[in-house]
Amino acid sequence: MVGKKKRNNGIILTLVGILIAVYILFPFYLVVMNSFKKQAAIVANPISVANASFAQFKTNIDTVVNNSNFNFWYAFGTSALITILSLVLLAVLGAMAAWVISRNNKKKWATAIYMVFIASMIIPFQVVMLPLISTFRDVGKFVGISMLQSVPGAIFAYCGFGGAMTVFILTGFIKGVPYDLEEAAAIDGCSPEGTFFKIIFPLLTPVVTTVTILNGMWIWNDYLLPSLMLGQNGKVKTLPVAVQAFVGSYVKQWDLILTAALLAILPMIIVFLIGQKQIMHGMVEGAVKG
Amino acid sequence: MKANTVASKALSIAVMAASLILLFAALALDFTGSGFKGRGALLVVGMIGFFVGLYLFPTPKNHRKIVYIIFLFPLLFTFAVTVIIPLVLGIGYSFTDWTGVAITKNVGLANYSTMFHDPAFLYSILITFIFVVLNMVLINLVGFLLALLCTSAIKATGFFRAAYFLPNLIGGIVLGYIWQFVFNNVLTKMTNTSASILSQSKPALIAIVVVYLWQYGGYIMLIYITGLTQIPGDVLEAAAIDGANARQTLFQIKIPMIASTITICTFLTLTSAFKQFDVNMSLTNGAGSVPNFMGSYLSNGTQMLALNIYNTAIAKNSYAVGQAKAVLFFIILAVVSLIQVRVSNSKEVEL
Repeated sequence: MVGKKKRNNGIILTLVGILIAVYILFPFYLVVMNSFKKQAAIVANPISVANASFAQFKTNIDTVVNNSNFNFWYAFGTSALITILSLVLLAVLGAMAAWVISRNNKKKWATAIYMVFIASMIIPFQVVMLPLISTFRDVGKFVGISMLQSVPGAIFAYCGFGGAMTVFILTGFIKGVPYDLEEAAAIDGCSPEGTFFKIIFPLLTPVVTTVTILNGMWIWNDYLLPSLMLGQNGKVKTLPVAVQAFVGSYVKQWDLILTAALLAILPMIIVFLIGQKQIMHGMVEGAVKG
Repeated sequence: MKANTVASKALSIAVMAASLILLFAALALDFTGSGFKGRGALLVVGMIGFFVGLYLFPTPKNHRKIVYIIFLFPLLFTFAVTVIIPLVLGIGYSFTDWTGVAITKNVGLANYSTMFHDPAFLYSILITFIFVVLNMVLINLVGFLLALLCTSAIKATGFFRAAYFLPNLIGGIVLGYIWQFVFNNVLTKMTNTSASILSQSKPALIAIVVVYLWQYGGYIMLIYITGLTQIPGDVLEAAAIDGANARQTLFQIKIPMIASTITICTFLTLTSAFKQFDVNMSLTNGAGSVPNFMGSYLSNGTQMLALNIYNTAIAKNSYAVGQAKAVLFFIILAVVSLIQVRVSNSKEVEL
């Protein structure tokens, strides 16, 4: 009797789980399905599979990819470049700074820097965004380096904004790495920078992965910072900014908007399918530590 | 050996000197208002060159210190330029008539007074608080229930976890447009109504909550799953032997044992809901009519705090007032974070 009741419970729970999954995945289905249709067919019936064709899908994709407001490949490349370079710089520079802080944690200056980093994590982007733009514009004009509407400027800003959390998580980890390792290396005649890059940095792989996933999800999907720094109508656009510009120019053209949405979410979905475990693990680790 | 040291010392000093010359040349060009395009490159090369020279300096005693400085500098520099300096400037600007480009005079608290006399802004604060509370309760409840489902003894929990988490991968802008389609075209078709729920303020606010729940619930679920799986198995076993039923196990063992996870999730949902911007912008862009709020008609029925700040500065071009609002936003978040630290610390003492 008990066994049967338990099995029934299991079936009910599985059904509930499937229903929730259907609800959560339904918008994805709509995006994919309607990218295969014409606007008229979408408006007539947005749910059905009827009138969907590969030929139409190809037409939609071509229209969207070649659209001057969207310019998919260029936006994708810009997003990828900004995200990857920011992640590499944040990982390396963050680990360097975190190592110095954790190896001097008894000294006042290191504690002060660490405290400033932690305190800065509560600063919302809104309170710095307006002066940031004007400072970048003025300083850029003054020294002759264009910080706005430029990829290096965006990378610079991401290093600044992501620095605090990166250092915070990495410092916590490095404190747990035994100091003996470094002393042994020093006795063998290894320089401090050599010790860091040859011994410490490789040991940080798991925590660097966590930090990279957290920062990557944020930077790839971020809209406000690139829209302000690169401009809505500027030449350089990231993917979210391009989607916004594209939708603004095609109000209610759902065949094109949903195809653009599909193109915008596809890279992230592919990355997720490849590194599902690491991504879910990293997101939790980051939340629990940060 | 000694000749070697002298040679490398000379090299180091030469590199540093050359870099400093470049640096000063670049700065001189800046200050004389020269339009020379290469001055930015001169500055960067000079800066990097200086550190290279410093690194090459042969001093066994202080080498470690030099490495520390070189390791800390890049991140601290970007951090100071992008966070600290704008923060200080921003707080200062909020007391002036800043236009985004120039400042002519100090206006004291006038910007703050303007913003507190603006019904549209007060309305934004109000709905932001309502949104935050609704979100905090709903997301935690749903996330926790999903976590219970995904840790129960059913098949395919791996698939469920991945599926529930999937919306979290997508940025708010794209997600907002997808849901705009769902609300405006799909839902109206399915229910055979002509008006979308996005066209009225209150239902539209509920719609934002639904979308945010859809996006964020799976993430909070993952954190709860981690908390639930960290409960030692023997505790649950002992409870089962003592004859505790499922409900008793849940309320008297599982929930008390994941208290710290609940704290984390509560503050995570709280701060992220406060900062909500992308979905708000792409789903409704803050539109929606409010017939009467404090005696005036409002057209920003779904505009939350972050979007209000953005629109004040960027769309309406009042940078100073926008900045003052942002400072208030910062203060609210700082207070919330301080409470969080308090609560987490007192919890740790209890355990």
